[in-house]
Amino acid sequence: MKLMEMNHVQKSFDGVSVIKDISLSVEEGEIVSIIGPSGSGKSTLLRCATMLETMDSGELIYMGEKAAWNDGSGKMLYASKKDLKKIQENYGLVFQNFNLFPHFSVIKNITDAPISIQKRDRKETYQTGRELLKKMGLEDKENAYPCQLSGGQCQRVAIARALALNPKILFFDEPTSALDPELTGEVLKVIKSLADLDIAMVIVTHEMAFARDISHRVIFMADGVIVEEGTPEVVFASDNERTRSFLGRYGEMLK
Amino acid sequence: MSVSMMVSQLAAGMFVSIQIFVVTLIFSLPLGMIVAFGRMSKNPLLQGIVKVYISIMRGTPLMLQLMVVYFGPYYLFGIKITNSYRLWAALIGFVINYAAYFAEIYRSGIQSMPVGQYEAAKMLGYGKVQTFFKIILPQVIKRILPSVTNEVITLVKDTSLAFTISVLEMFAIAKALASSQTSLIPFAAAGIFYYVFNLVVAVGMDYAEKKLAYYQ
Repeated sequence: MKLMEMNHVQKSFDGVSVIKDISLSVEEGEIVSIIGPSGSGKSTLLRCATMLETMDSGELIYMGEKAAWNDGSGKMLYASKKDLKKIQENYGLVFQNFNLFPHFSVIKNITDAPISIQKRDRKETYQTGRELLKKMGLEDKENAYPCQLSGGQCQRVAIARALALNPKILFFDEPTSALDPELTGEVLKVIKSLADLDIAMVIVTHEMAFARDISHRVIFMADGVIVEEGTPEVVFASDNERTRSFLGRYGEMLK
Repeated sequence: MSVSMMVSQLAAGMFVSIQIFVVTLIFSLPLGMIVAFGRMSKNPLLQGIVKVYISIMRGTPLMLQLMVVYFGPYYLFGIKITNSYRLWAALIGFVINYAAYFAEIYRSGIQSMPVGQYEAAKMLGYGKVQTFFKIILPQVIKRILPSVTNEVITLVKDTSLAFTISVLEMFAIAKALASSQTSLIPFAAAGIFYYVFNLVVAVGMDYAEKKLAYYQ
């Protein structure tokens, strides 16, 4: 079943068209990487999918439920607040710059939303939180504050925080772009370890080797359109001129 | 008049000064938050009204504002001013003046918050009210504490302006005693009072800042 579906999405900022008619869907458990040059609309697409940005036109569907659509006259409509809240529970987002809550300890960052929003049992949530931290290799950091952690540790906490809400899809918006190569490695390792959790993942990334290794499907975007999509083998060995020029030396190496 | 008699009279004034200080804070701190929201409102009419209000409060002397609040009801509506209205007028004047200043401090704090905090809260399912009270406000308080300290210290000294509408607070009594007794002791006592009062305020606020220093 399709977890998420975007149809003919368009978005422009101040008259500059950033996304030009993109359609995209994600199946259960699927791992999709979105690659492409900066300014190609990757992040905007993710922000439209997560409704941090409103789309100008198109359709957004989660689990068969419409979150946003065009009415007959082409006007954009969004579902009611109540419905959106429910739809939102299907997905989580990991930001480029983590956006942890600095005044909350690590464990509170992870458990506060499940407890105070989803009204889950406190004890159980803390236990889940600790298990997640262990999975992230941060079991000794539960009482630390974000300012005491490295960037890589912060991002792992942010991933745990998103996972604590049991999303069906997890979006990653360039999760390692703010990190040095060493820290990048530890975060990518954690993301890879999620592959067997059966959560669908949509990852906007500039880490080509990572995208190739982890993805079921790679989407190459440029200038607001999907230029190419397919299995990593197909996209990374593509003969498409635009894809080739983006992948550059990296593509040559793989060929 | 003996020194001890002077001191007991000054003590009565001290009590009124502290009263003005405490009441002003209790009402202007929350009122400032409401004003700040009005100032940041997307409704241009509300925003405009609040802007004018803040502009007047900051642009005219507090002394004048106290007089307007005190004498205004008589000149504008012909209401007879009673003696007991004095203190009320001072309190009202201080509260609406300080609310304007606090509002601008809150606004600066709220607008300095990175948008990512709101986005992260939204992604985790926090509603608008929860986001504000759980995520934004605690961080704003930490950010604005030094500015608030400044304002609170100014308030301690500003309470002396109530003497312009003959509220018998510390400074009014010190001035009266100084001229009737031809002595500088009342002024010295007043000076020490304001200084010690502010020292306590500064130490208290410093403690609060340290309490909030557990994160960055």
